[in-house]
Amino acid sequence: MSGPHGFDIDAIRKQFPILDVEVNGHPLVYLDTAATSQKPQVVIDAISDYYSRSNSNVHRGVHTLSQQATDIYEETREKTRALINAADAREIIYVRGTTEAINLVASTYGRQNVGEGDEVIVTAMEHHSNIVPWQILCGEKGADLKVVPMDENGDLIMEEFDRLLSDRTKIVAVVHLSNALGTINPVKEMFQKAHAVGAVTLLDGAQSAPHMAIDVRDLDCDFLAFSGHKIYGPTGIGILYGKYDLLSQMPPYQGGGEMIASVTFEKTIYAELPAKFEAGTPHIAGTAGLGAAIDFVNQVGLDNVAAHEKSLLEYGTERIGSINGVNLIGTAKHRSGVLSFVVEGVHPHDVGTVLDSQGIAIRAGHHCAQPVMAHFGIPATVRASFGMYNTTDEIDRLYEGVQQVFEVFG
Amino acid sequence: MTDPADLDALYREIVLDHHRNPRNSDAIDAPTHEGEAINPFCGDEVHIKIQLQDGGIKELSITGVGCSISQASASLMGEEIKGKTAEQITGLAEQFNALMSGSADSMQSDLDVLKGVKRYPVRIKCALLAWSALDDALSS
Ligand SMILES: Cc1ncc(COP(=O)(O)O)c(C=O)c1O
Repeated sequence: MSGPHGFDIDAIRKQFPILDVEVNGHPLVYLDTAATSQKPQVVIDAISDYYSRSNSNVHRGVHTLSQQATDIYEETREKTRALINAADAREIIYVRGTTEAINLVASTYGRQNVGEGDEVIVTAMEHHSNIVPWQILCGEKGADLKVVPMDENGDLIMEEFDRLLSDRTKIVAVVHLSNALGTINPVKEMFQKAHAVGAVTLLDGAQSAPHMAIDVRDLDCDFLAFSGHKIYGPTGIGILYGKYDLLSQMPPYQGGGEMIASVTFEKTIYAELPAKFEAGTPHIAGTAGLGAAIDFVNQVGLDNVAAHEKSLLEYGTERIGSINGVNLIGTAKHRSGVLSFVVEGVHPHDVGTVLDSQGIAIRAGHHCAQPVMAHFGIPATVRASFGMYNTTDEIDRLYEGVQQVFEVFG
Repeated sequence: MTDPADLDALYREIVLDHHRNPRNSDAIDAPTHEGEAINPFCGDEVHIKIQLQDGGIKELSITGVGCSISQASASLMGEEIKGKTAEQITGLAEQFNALMSGSADSMQSDLDVLKGVKRYPVRIKCALLAWSALDDALSS
């Protein structure tokens, strides 16, 4: 199978060693990329090479290895800058993942700028990590958390968003691509409107970063959060992008080594960006892996990935959606990467167990988006999510797996 | 690793029957104890009301939502504990835990039909959910 622009699915699959694993006597069908993507050999090698050849601490030693480690660490920062088209590499802050990035913004920018009676706006399809930090902030400050509702397809109701915006709105934090529904939100338009009332904007790019090109300057987001492990890189490393002027004015998140310019017991002067937000020894090996992941994704081309996944989603929607007794959850106009469904009369966990017995890995549950489940009046869904390495054959295996579910529970 | 036989052992016909037709799901008039257990990871719930009389369970009502294992286990548990004293129930709970952890192979009761669950570590908490609800009720 070879797609447009030399997208060669077989060649891509060969780069992911885990795809050769057998699960319960069947070749693995990995349809849980939205939870975490699998890793290509180049990423695995980059981490092991780092520990085998360059391991050292960053920005601390005068010795050669420390310089190598620092180079790797800073090269990945530059690669990340280029990936999201940020203006300046100092706008790229290393964190543990999306969750930490959002918590960082809530507890620094948020604490500094949100007061009593102010409002923070999120949407009805946020991951818990883009709800709870704002709830904590609003609780602490006497501010209100407002929620943009969605319709029965899983599209945001934009008139309601317009209605919620006011001069009390301080922050608008929105998921780009919903992990529970696959909805792609019109974030550029939302951010324009948010800026018009003077609010600052945050984009949760955890799911979108691996599926489409993100241009922070085109979208004009003030903050962007995403996780390395969902973009074919390692766990434990993620990115907070913030506009330089905002980041400069924010207080630090954690205190410690690396983030200071000078310390006396009377007074500490904080380091310049990005070090101000990178207290302590960071996940250096993680940045080695992330750098390799970004190179890899660029080589394949995010446009090719998007086109491939679009055809998978169309095929899956058709094939799985046509099964009697299966209901698709989330049928928004613009979607990507995620096929969420319920099987009538069978709990998603039971579906998951039967599929697993055939080597098919899907996620069954609320996907850390309980308000989304409440909206559709269901406790959980079965979610098949796609990565660049998935094939239509694997969707056929899913189809057969669902037939098996009917056999067991029929 | 699981094989097809494991799947059959998990979803025994009797287990699926308890899931489809849960026993003791009608409300009772005079509950003396109430309890519940919720699994925050999957949203499964079991609610239990019991009427204790002379130290034994006279009547009970169990309701809930969730996967076949959590709901069937609740139904099977309800059948097992009827008429038992709190002390006997503590013993049963221990035996059931042992069955799930694999340290015992049988508890010589209808609950044995759930022993296939032990091959599915992530599902063990589903089977134990009803027992936490019961514990919650008895300590209320
Ligand atoms: C939309 C979305 N936001 C945030 C997160 C949290 O990411 P992490 O767990 O890597 O911090 C996820 C991960 O599932 C997600 O899908």
